[in-house]
Amino acid sequence: MSALSSVSASGRRTRTGRRSGVGVTRPGLVWAVPATVFFLLFAILPLVLVAVLSFTSWDGVDAPTFNGLDNWTKLLHDPVMTQSIWLTLVLTVAGVVVQTPVSILLGVWSAGYQRNRAVLSAIFFVPLLLSATAISVVWRAILDPNFGVPSQMQWLFGDGNLMGSQSGAIAVLTFVGMWQWTPMHALLYQGGARAIPQVLYQAAAIDGAGKFRQFLHITLPQLRNTMITSMILMLVGGLTTFDTVLILTQGGPGTDTTNSAYYMYQQAFKSFDFGSGSAIALVLVVVATLISLAVVRFSGYDKMRSTSEGL
Amino acid sequence: MRRRPNYLAGLGSLVWLVLVGFPLYVLLISTFRTRSSYSSEGPLSFPEHLTLQNYVDDFSNGFGQDFLNTVIVTVSVVAIVLLVVPPLAYAIVRARGRTISTVFRVFLLGLAIPAQAVIVPMFYVISKAGLYDQLIGIILPTAAFCLPVCTLVLTGAMRDITNELYEAMAMDGASPWRVFWQLVVPLSKGGLSSIVVFSALQAWNGFLFPLILTQSESTKVITLGLYNFQTEHGVDVPGLLSAVVLSMLPIFIVYLFARRALVQGLMGVGGK
Repeated sequence: MSALSSVSASGRRTRTGRRSGVGVTRPGLVWAVPATVFFLLFAILPLVLVAVLSFTSWDGVDAPTFNGLDNWTKLLHDPVMTQSIWLTLVLTVAGVVVQTPVSILLGVWSAGYQRNRAVLSAIFFVPLLLSATAISVVWRAILDPNFGVPSQMQWLFGDGNLMGSQSGAIAVLTFVGMWQWTPMHALLYQGGARAIPQVLYQAAAIDGAGKFRQFLHITLPQLRNTMITSMILMLVGGLTTFDTVLILTQGGPGTDTTNSAYYMYQQAFKSFDFGSGSAIALVLVVVATLISLAVVRFSGYDKMRSTSEGL
Repeated sequence: MRRRPNYLAGLGSLVWLVLVGFPLYVLLISTFRTRSSYSSEGPLSFPEHLTLQNYVDDFSNGFGQDFLNTVIVTVSVVAIVLLVVPPLAYAIVRARGRTISTVFRVFLLGLAIPAQAVIVPMFYVISKAGLYDQLIGIILPTAAFCLPVCTLVLTGAMRDITNELYEAMAMDGASPWRVFWQLVVPLSKGGLSSIVVFSALQAWNGFLFPLILTQSESTKVITLGLYNFQTEHGVDVPGLLSAVVLSMLPIFIVYLFARRALVQGLMGVGGK
C-alpha cells in the first residue's frame, strides 16, 4: 500500500513537472518576521550596544556620554583587569583539562550495555537538572569551613578553609564546574560513542587488540567531532563563568578569583561604571568568538571530514 | 560477540556515583534537620529528630511568591518560543532565497553570544523600555536567548519531513497556512517537545537576567531567592537547602515521568 502510494505520488510529480517545486506551498518571508524582529531587538541590538557603550561613560541613571577611549586606556592600566584575564584563561583551561577525560570515560561507559547502567545513569545526570545557582549554593554550604563537611572530615580537608587561598579557591571553582558540566558533556560523548560502528571493534578484536587499545585506536579517534563540539562549549562556558564565582567566592579572597565575567559585573552593577563593564564584555565576546573559530579551523572541523571514511 | 565489562570505565563511574551521591545525600538529609542539629551534629550524620519545619518556614518566608513568579516567567517564555519559532523554522526549511538564509545565519551567529556578555546593554534596553523590575523584563530577554538553539533543533526536525508530503499537499492546493498546521506541526512533535523542555529549563533555572533586571520582593524568582537567602540568612543552612530542594522538585517530577524528552531538551545545547 505504501509502495503504491509513493509510486503514484512520484508519478504525479513528473506529470505536473516544475510547477509544484516553486508552487504555492512555499511560505513567504513574513513567517520569519516575528522571531527575527524579536531576536534583533533583544539579542543583536544589545550586542551592538555593548560596543557602543564601551566608548561611553554611564552610571546607569543619567544618559550615557561618549568619552572616547577612556574606558579602554583605564582597563589597559588596571592590574585587576590583567589578572582577571589570566584567571579566566586558567579557569577555562583547567575546566577543559579536568572535564574532558571524565566526560569521555563516563560517556563511553554509559554508552555500553551493562545491566546496572540504566539505574546508575539516572543518578549520574542529576546535576543537569539543577540550576547553576542551586549547585553553587549547595556546594558553598557543604564546603563551609565551620559548619560544612570539612569540619567533620579533617583527615581530608586539613583546616578546611578551602576558599581561603587562591589555589584552593581555583580548585573549588574547577571542581564545582566539573560537577555541574560533566553530565552534559558525558551525554554528548554517549551519543558519539553509540554512533561508532560495531564492525570496527569486531575487526580490532579479530586482530587481537585488547579493550584498552580499542579505546585508544578506535573510540578516541571516532569521537573527534564530538570532542570538538564539547570543547567549544567548554571554552565558551569557561570564559563566561559567572554564577559559580559570584556565589562561591565573590571573586575572593581579595580579587584572587575575580575572572573577567565577574569583574565586568562588579564594574557595572557594583561600581556603577557601566562603560568599563561594557568594554570588558566586548573583550569577552571577541575572545570567545575567536577561540571558537580557531578550534573549528585548526581541527579541520570546517572541512567536515567524516570519521566513517573507508567503511 | 560477548561483551566484556569495561573495568576502568566502571571504576570511574563508581567514583562519579560517589561524587554525585554524596552532595545529594547532604542536601536531602540537611533539609530534615533542625538548625541547631545542623550546627551541633554537623551535616554528615543521620539526624536524631526529623522535621519538616524548614519547608514550612520557606513558605512563610515568601517562597510561594517566588515560585509563582518563576511559573509565570517559565510559562510565558515557553509561550513566546512556541509562538515565533515554529513559523520561523518552517520559513527557513521551506522558503527560497538569499534573505531567508541570511536570517538563518543570524540565528546561528546567536548561538555564540553568551548572555553574560550582554547584561550591561540589556539593562540599558530594559530600563529604557520601562520594563525594569517587572517580570516581562525577564521574560523577553530570556525568550530571545532561547531562540538560536530552539531554531536549530526545530529546523533539524522539520528537515526530516520528506518533499513528497509537501508536494502531495500542494496537489490539493493547500495554502502555506494549511500545510503548516496539517503537515509541519504534527510531523515535528519531537522537535517541538524538545524546544518546550529546553526553553522551560532555561527560564526555570535562569539567574543572570533576574539578577540584573529585578530588585523587588514581588518580582523575585526562585534562583534569585536562593541567592538572596544565602547572602542574607547564610547561617540557616537547612532552610536554604530545603528551598533548593523545592526549586528542583518540578524538574525532578518531569525527569521521572518524561526522562527521554527532558534529556533531549537538555541536549538542545549540544545541537541536534
